[in-house]
Amino acid sequence: MNFTIFGFLIQNTLSTGAIYILLALTLVSVATVTRIIYVPIGEIMVFAPFSLSLLMQGQMPGPVWLLLIIGVLALAMDGVEMLRQRSRHGWRKALLLYLVMPLVIAAGTWAATGADIPFLIKLAAACAAPVALNPVLFRIAFQPLASATRLILLIASIALHFALAGLGLYMFGPSGLRTPGLNSVAFRLGRIPFNDQFLLITGASIALIAGLYLFFGFTLYGKALRATAIHRRGARLVGIDTDNAAQLIFTIAGVVAAISGILIGPITTLYYDSGFLLGLKGFAGAILGGLADYPMAALGALSLAGFESFSSFYASEYKDVIVFALLIPILLYRSWRQPAHVEEENFE
Amino acid sequence: MSKLRAAQILGLAAFVLAPAYLGAYPIGVLDYILVSAIIAIGLVLLTGIIGMVSLGQAGFAGLGAYTAAYAAVNWGVNPWLTLPIGLAASAVGAAIIGGVTLRMSGQFLVLATLAWGISFFYLAGALPMFGGQNGFGNIPSLAVPGLVLDTDRSVYLVMLASLLIVVWMSVNLLDSTLGRMIRSLRYGTAIGESSGADTFALRLTVFIIAGTFAGFSGWLYTFLLHFIDPGAFSLDNGIQYLFMAVIGGVSNVWGGLLGAAAYTITDRFLSGYVQQFFGQTFNISAIFFGVVMLILLQTARGGIWPFLAGFYRPKPAKVAPLAPPDRAVMPEPGSLVLRVENAVKRFQGLVAVNNLSFDVDAGRIQALIGPNGAGKSTMFNLITGILGVTSGKISFLGETISTKTSREIARLGVGRTFQHVKLVPTMTVLENAAVGGYLRHRSGLFTTMLRLNRRREAQALAEAAYQLERVGLLGSQSELASSLSLGQQRILEIARALAGNPILLLLDEPAAGLRANEKQQLGELLLQLRAEGMTILLVEHDMAFIRQVADRVVVVQYGEKLTEGSVADMQQNQKVREAYLGVD
Repeated sequence: MNFTIFGFLIQNTLSTGAIYILLALTLVSVATVTRIIYVPIGEIMVFAPFSLSLLMQGQMPGPVWLLLIIGVLALAMDGVEMLRQRSRHGWRKALLLYLVMPLVIAAGTWAATGADIPFLIKLAAACAAPVALNPVLFRIAFQPLASATRLILLIASIALHFALAGLGLYMFGPSGLRTPGLNSVAFRLGRIPFNDQFLLITGASIALIAGLYLFFGFTLYGKALRATAIHRRGARLVGIDTDNAAQLIFTIAGVVAAISGILIGPITTLYYDSGFLLGLKGFAGAILGGLADYPMAALGALSLAGFESFSSFYASEYKDVIVFALLIPILLYRSWRQPAHVEEENFE
Repeated sequence: MSKLRAAQILGLAAFVLAPAYLGAYPIGVLDYILVSAIIAIGLVLLTGIIGMVSLGQAGFAGLGAYTAAYAAVNWGVNPWLTLPIGLAASAVGAAIIGGVTLRMSGQFLVLATLAWGISFFYLAGALPMFGGQNGFGNIPSLAVPGLVLDTDRSVYLVMLASLLIVVWMSVNLLDSTLGRMIRSLRYGTAIGESSGADTFALRLTVFIIAGTFAGFSGWLYTFLLHFIDPGAFSLDNGIQYLFMAVIGGVSNVWGGLLGAAAYTITDRFLSGYVQQFFGQTFNISAIFFGVVMLILLQTARGGIWPFLAGFYRPKPAKVAPLAPPDRAVMPEPGSLVLRVENAVKRFQGLVAVNNLSFDVDAGRIQALIGPNGAGKSTMFNLITGILGVTSGKISFLGETISTKTSREIARLGVGRTFQHVKLVPTMTVLENAAVGGYLRHRSGLFTTMLRLNRRREAQALAEAAYQLERVGLLGSQSELASSLSLGQQRILEIARALAGNPILLLLDEPAAGLRANEKQQLGELLLQLRAEGMTILLVEHDMAFIRQVADRVVVVQYGEKLTEGSVADMQQNQKVREAYLGVD
């Protein structure tokens, strides 16, 4: 390996690492607030760049239709719930989140199919439906399971992943997608060139992480989410609606996933089912931090990206084997550190 | 012959004779159902019985399949003889994966099995010795004298026999001393450890059984298709097997077969007939089963089985009580049984037990009393090894136990009940009582699965019935433990502890929730146990009950010993009155 290749691999590590960190942090926060391991985040992640590609071709992306359909479903579920409880509590939110917003997004996306629409507007339109899907998916898939164990929630999460991956194939077809990136050289470090896309990915990731930090640390909603993460029942007692909190964190997860998908589009070929593996790798990083520790999760995600980049150079055939087989010693290490975990689960 | 038995025989005949009346296509589907069902049954044991989920079963199947295929093709091993090789490979694989991850909570286990499932898929696809992504072909057929089993039809009976063996072995396992302990694992480790069982080893055993079943299925698949490739053992397949188990119902072994049948038939129908209306880029099966799973989890988590179970509920036979042939050798009355010396337990800043010392003598009933939060239950947990002492020493019959684990202490002859009742709600009263006799009656795994231990098992249940008779619950032996009142559940815990033949019995608030006459009976039982030489330490708030049974009382307040003496002394003691009633 020469210095240029080494530099290239480092650059690759930092770019994919930034994406894995974003996914890891998001998955950890969703898991702590809702107890759900949000496997379908991978699907949401690829929905955005595929939607963008369709919009650029002047077509209406599939996730918009999906949003309209499950919005109606969620509205119906809320309606049944209201009838059963003989209460109209929450009808404004239901109408807004499940009917008005999907319609607005559909109209906006339709308007953005025009050829002369600026790129940034198309970008926003492409992300809108994939982001808005998340709180609605929470309503239909997870909210009815509020009292279920973590294990049931995980099975539901995998079932949702299965269905969304199937829909992804239908909406985007089996062929791969590689969006154009910013390939001009931004600066050189010694002899290693770093391009604009690298700057964009790392810059956007740092900005997002800073944004999340400010949100969780300094806003009332962020604090409510942290309270829910620490103690669900306690949070409910002080008046935090844990379902709303969950929908909020799902929406945030959607934003991060959609942006990650757009960012990663130019550096790897995406398929309708690529998101699953990407999400899983972010998750593997998160496990390093035991699903609770943010700096450790970020560090884990970064080292995973490093392993992946360098093993793809030395043994590309075994790249994914190495990355996932790595999880097992990590788990071994964690199981030595907290042998009492089994008992903890029973307090749920 | 009962109607149920007749239906069973008819059903079996329909399956055995299927090759005679079914066409080639349905036989092929049936083969595939049987092969999948074997994996799904392993998942029923794992998910429904002990509450763990694995997404990596396809990987274990692949391990068995590839090893067997490699041995048959490259070493020329007779296909039949590749079965033990394949089973061993998947068992070892499951032992490694399980050994690493089973100490963790369910979620971590799922992720580890998921990582394993993906790794296996990529590994099999990358290794040239396994043909890479192109797979492994030209696998010879199974053969019996005079017949080569090279078609779906000819190999069908092998599939059917395999399934029946797996079902039979699973049912035998669950209906045994070993199996009852395994069924308790879902409800935490406290029941098992306090009865002397190594719960980690048992969880690992079930994981290995499920992995080996998967390997068995992989072996069958290899000699059904004569061709294997990584795609057959992908993570998606692993997820589908879990779906099968959940759809069929994870509470019963037959749920695995039901689920495999429902899934496979629906899948064939969707991809064969419905698919054509949508075109190739619409994976209708994935979407359909994803949605069906979500609906099932929300509305009918038990799957299909509970809807059929109404027709299939054999009434358990009444078991006649039989006294155990042997009794624990009780220490000389009045000699020292338990000694607590300067025990301290700190939880970070909180000192729950502070420098507490007391003795319990043989053949005595001693009560530990004190206001709420005084540290009595913590003291119990220190004695039984659920918690470790921060400092100090506890010894039982002269042997230090404060450094031992719960199950080691249980094995020395310490039985206990819990303040918050811990029973297996889905087992009968009799089965719950029998759990306590685990150490006395368990047999080896193979003996159990091959049903070679029936006399021992009958003895275990008869002794459990004897303990139920002693505590007055024999009449409810066939009811589910969850149907008892709280007071009766406490009594059932005593029967369970007695089934272990203890020398020292620790009872945590045994009289709470009992009616007056039930308390009276409980008191008489304790006095009778004392007469037999048993030593009893109990935590209790009911002073009338303590007056009835206790020889000696230790009063604890703020984790420290206030005083000790006879019941009458305590009632006169000013400090005790202040501790309970406040200073007047």
